[in-house]
Amino acid sequence: MPNYRELLQQIKSEIDEVDVTRARELLAADDRPLVVDVRELDEWTEGRIPGAIHIPRGNLESRIEQAAPDRAQPIFLYCAAGNRSAFAAKSLEELGYENVVSLAGGYTDWKRSGLPTEVPRTLDGAKRQRYSRHVLIPEVGEEGQLKLLDSRVLLLGAGGLGSPSALYLAAAGVGRLGIVDDDRVDASNLQRQVLHSTARLGEWKAESAKRTLEELNPDVEVVPYIERLTSENVERILADGWDVIVDGADNFPTRYLINDAAVWHDIPLVHGSIYRFEGQATVFKPGDGPCYRCLFPQPPPPELAPSCAEGGVLGVLPGIVGSLQASEALKLCLGVGEPLVGRLLLFDALATEFSEVNLRRDPNCPVCGDSPSITEYVDYVEFCSGRPTHA
Amino acid sequence: MSRIRIPPMLRGEVGGAREVPAEGGTVRELLFDLMARFPGLRPQLVEDGEIASYVNVYVEGEDVRTLDGLDTSVDHGSTVILLPAMAGGL
Repeated sequence: MPNYRELLQQIKSEIDEVDVTRARELLAADDRPLVVDVRELDEWTEGRIPGAIHIPRGNLESRIEQAAPDRAQPIFLYCAAGNRSAFAAKSLEELGYENVVSLAGGYTDWKRSGLPTEVPRTLDGAKRQRYSRHVLIPEVGEEGQLKLLDSRVLLLGAGGLGSPSALYLAAAGVGRLGIVDDDRVDASNLQRQVLHSTARLGEWKAESAKRTLEELNPDVEVVPYIERLTSENVERILADGWDVIVDGADNFPTRYLINDAAVWHDIPLVHGSIYRFEGQATVFKPGDGPCYRCLFPQPPPPELAPSCAEGGVLGVLPGIVGSLQASEALKLCLGVGEPLVGRLLLFDALATEFSEVNLRRDPNCPVCGDSPSITEYVDYVEFCSGRPTHA
Repeated sequence: MSRIRIPPMLRGEVGGAREVPAEGGTVRELLFDLMARFPGLRPQLVEDGEIASYVNVYVEGEDVRTLDGLDTSVDHGSTVILLPAMAGGL
């Protein structure tokens, strides 16, 4: 049986090793390999090669397929001195990776040669604990959690849909939540609007939401806007900078207004709506699918579009649809998975049935089409109340 | 025969049913069969002889406006979904 040194020599003779000079060329090339740091967490947090991802040696085999699904993907491995990465390279070759190199001399030689390094941002101990169930998910991890903490999501409405969305986005550590709502907490809200409570009756919903959410998670900054979204204030509110908008509005004028604004500002819009036992959700991602006007070019006449205030809604229904919206918003912030773009999800609580229909971008859409005819805000209240008359 | 899914805001017109069977080989035939039996649906589904602009009709998950509109053929046993816009969120 070989001893460690003999085994290391044997492994090194079987893999491709590169020195620092060659490594620098490889990493500067257009077809830059995936750079994987296989050291332990404490070593990684002290400094790394810029652009590297971190997969500790012990988790390499189980996690590499997530990071590099294509076996032909070139991979550049390094550790502190080039020994652990040599064994790692051998393992990846055995997994079928065709183009793997290991940095001889490792990070120590890289740094000694004066090549660039960076100290990665990391979660502090308290955040690592709070978000540990996220950090454990390969699609999120520490990087993803840091992304969420940097993310900014604007919610329209702190009501039925906004309540669960905001609660889960705050719990997830989305760093900044804007809440637009011009209403006060009413007793008839409490059957479903779980952000608020009996003690908050009469308070502004946006303020009540801020208190609930910041108590849940002090990492989150909540920006309340106690106003109804209008053509006059939409630009000011969007100028505060938002990565994703969650639409939980209760009226058509706001829905058309935020659609147009989201298209013009290129911000993904997570749509949800509810009525009695049924809900709908989709994602309107500008440039990557239809917008709300592609789906519904015209609002229905008011007499055909009863609101929840008129028609009622099962209290838990917004819990389900709003949570779906939060899930989509988190995926968009993280850049993972397949968002509900081009698909409208329909949920029927009475039948307990989810179904989906396909949505397509309308090339003739007046806002997101090839030759848009609407390029600035209109009077949305009038647009939604006055239908064109027909002969 | 196909099944037409009735959205909650229109169920009052069909006696509360979630789904109603209808006969026809095209969307036009199905909708006119449906509206003949439930005349209250007509103003909510049709404008100027076309599908109203605030209602979407899906056959097997596809919007018939991206197919052949009212002339879209519907296979026996298909599910047709009527989907008006809903604004509710609060």
